[in-house]
Amino acid sequence: MSRYLIPLIAFAILIPVFIIGLDPERNVNELPSPFIGKPAPTFELPTLKDPARSVGSANFEGQAVLVNVWATWCVGCRQEHNFLLQLEESGTIPIYGINWRDTRPEALGWLEQLGDPYVASADDRDGRVGIDWGVYGAPETFLIGADGTVLYKHLGPLNWPIWERDFVPLLTSTEVDR
Amino acid sequence: MIPEIGHFALILALALALVQGVLPLVGAHRNDATLMGAARSAAYGQLFFVVIAYACLTYAFLNNDFSVLYVANHSQLSLPTMYKVTAVWGGHEGSVLLWILLLAAWTVAVGFFSKRLPDSFVARVVGVLGLLSIGFLLFALLTSNPFDRLSPAPADGGDLNPLLQDPGMAFHPPMLYIGYVGFSVAFAFAIAAMLSGNLDRTWARWTRPWTTVAWVFLTLGIALGSWWAYYELGWGGWWFWDPVENASFMPWLIGTALIHSLAVAEKRGLFKSWTLLLAIAAFSLSLLGTFLVRSGIIVSVHAFATDPQRGVFILAFLGIVILSALVLYAWRAPSLDSEAGFKPMSRETFLLLNNVLLVIATVVVFFGTLAPLIYEVLGVGKISIGPPWFNLVFLLPMLPLAFLVGIGMHTAWRHQPTSAIWKRVRIPAIVAVIAGVLIPGMLYGRFGVMVSVGTIAALWIIITSLIEPIRSWRRAEGAAKITPAILGMSVAHLGVGLFVIGVTLVSAFSIETDQSMRAGQTLDVAGHQFELRELRQVQGPNFSAIEGAVEIRRDGEFVAEVRPQKRQYLVQKNWMTEAGIQVHWNKDLFIALGDQLGNDAWSVRIQYKPMIRFIWLGTLVMALGGLIAITDRRYRRKVSA
Repeated sequence: MSRYLIPLIAFAILIPVFIIGLDPERNVNELPSPFIGKPAPTFELPTLKDPARSVGSANFEGQAVLVNVWATWCVGCRQEHNFLLQLEESGTIPIYGINWRDTRPEALGWLEQLGDPYVASADDRDGRVGIDWGVYGAPETFLIGADGTVLYKHLGPLNWPIWERDFVPLLTSTEVDR
Repeated sequence: MIPEIGHFALILALALALVQGVLPLVGAHRNDATLMGAARSAAYGQLFFVVIAYACLTYAFLNNDFSVLYVANHSQLSLPTMYKVTAVWGGHEGSVLLWILLLAAWTVAVGFFSKRLPDSFVARVVGVLGLLSIGFLLFALLTSNPFDRLSPAPADGGDLNPLLQDPGMAFHPPMLYIGYVGFSVAFAFAIAAMLSGNLDRTWARWTRPWTTVAWVFLTLGIALGSWWAYYELGWGGWWFWDPVENASFMPWLIGTALIHSLAVAEKRGLFKSWTLLLAIAAFSLSLLGTFLVRSGIIVSVHAFATDPQRGVFILAFLGIVILSALVLYAWRAPSLDSEAGFKPMSRETFLLLNNVLLVIATVVVFFGTLAPLIYEVLGVGKISIGPPWFNLVFLLPMLPLAFLVGIGMHTAWRHQPTSAIWKRVRIPAIVAVIAGVLIPGMLYGRFGVMVSVGTIAALWIIITSLIEPIRSWRRAEGAAKITPAILGMSVAHLGVGLFVIGVTLVSAFSIETDQSMRAGQTLDVAGHQFELRELRQVQGPNFSAIEGAVEIRRDGEFVAEVRPQKRQYLVQKNWMTEAGIQVHWNKDLFIALGDQLGNDAWSVRIQYKPMIRFIWLGTLVMALGGLIAITDRRYRRKVSA
């Protein structure tokens, strides 16, 4: 065998490694969410609209909910906002918001201007609940099952194709379980 | 409207890249002068449209056009203007556009500066570069269009990543890219040589200056990144063996090997196929680096917003480019090699050893970087390889290299008796050993094996690289002076020596401590007193910060006041550390604010870093050496063939 073929062969061996590495099922950054399948961290925070009232895990009990982490400074949140409004209108699932590292006047202005898809939004001004939930960038969306476990976590803006692909199957299967 | 013009210009650039990638290659194959003539005009035209596209994107940034998704994601109203300009390459899409711009610019530079080269050769080089342009333009247009619109347009953008809002970081990517892309020229020269079947010593002479320029920029780019990490990340380290750092370091190592093997190919007509392989490898590793950074295949602090679709595209492109280059190599290289040998005591031998050691070093870095992926693919489990492994294993090839440099520089081509070499280098050797053992102990009060070895190596390289320039300087008026090529080589090696000093002493004698501190408190570190006089709130254009005023004293005498900051950027809300650093030529005093601990106390990190400036000074001197070398007159001589 010619020694001039060695580099070609060496590179050819590497290609499958890269192809496997690209497998979309494999996600190195997915700090394989320590929460999935576990009970969602409990929290209780003042609501955005009325600081005297509070919203938290207690509100979810017995039903599947979507928890969406959002902020007015987040471009991705603006992108997914229309989707959330449509989802809310469809009545599929209640959506709770965690308004993350934001200011109340700005957040209220945003909801007024763009519409409010949330049953209620928690005011997580200093990001403490965000830390408990392992949030490292907005938007992030958690699907919480009726029994209070985290079924799925999505990073980045949501849209209908992602919803159909990643969320709907989980929703129907838990429906059956119940 | 303007973004659509940019998008359209990019499409036109693709059309011209198709012309540039096909016609000249066909023309060179058929020896058709008209088709070959298309090379330069197509390249100029491609650059013209790419510049328009780039200008349109810059315009969108300057005018806060948040209807452009990329602008909305990487800029913000109160972002300072300078960073609006640099934000153009602050994200994935824009940096691909920058890559395309630089590739087109390199191509035009080759077309412009190679008027003396044979037309068929230039046509092939420009054609190959055109094929590469096609790949990158398709990549931008199909998967990473920077001109995508966002509707409705947000009132304000999401801001440029605060990490990138820094002069060092702003210019790190372009420098790096000029280097990465620059290796595509050496690559194209190699492919052109294999296509034509002509590889003689003039080929090596044409390739050398291009390779050296690319290497100089890559060197500067890596150094800027290291310097930035040092003062901005707040850790005080200067190299972390992060996969993305490694991705830039591998082409650098191979590029360095290539520069040396090109010297043999030019002077002696040897190492031909080996040089071709290195030219292919340098650019392939640049592409591989891009793939690793942008596909999300490996965990890294640098990771761009990742997208499997992009990963698939780059992998396909990289596979096509590298596989076809290597197939061509397997097919054509055997006929290009000459079987001449050389004597063991000759410069050829030392350059061969240089190449072998640099390639070993690259392989080490390569497997260290890919090990987590390979382990996972083999199903052995998830692992991560840390800096301690790299620090140790990387030294194995580098240490002998450091000692060989000094001998290699003073060994003649073809053959030189061992006694003659020894006569030249014995005094430097003795001086380096004695001084290397004594100096660290005398200055820092501690002896150690590794410190001595490192210091000896550094002094040995420094002294041996100064011999030739000093001799030339002392030579009588009118006698032959040192050529820029030799001077550049000496200066670059001097830079290596300075770098080794810095690395050795920083690793051995750094002092660092993490403590909690309250306003009014004083800490004593490395013979200096650091008094945190006050903490106050300050306001920047797009951030607010806690700033500490720290007075540094030595034996009660005032040395300096530094102001470390903890910044919170208003839009993305993330915290950034701006270390307070008091710089001396032979040491840095470094203080960074960590987290607030409550009760007004802050965690602070105080460090004493001896000779750390020599790390970056050394790399600057290396780059300077490269610049001197390319001014050599023979690169501007007319082709004799």
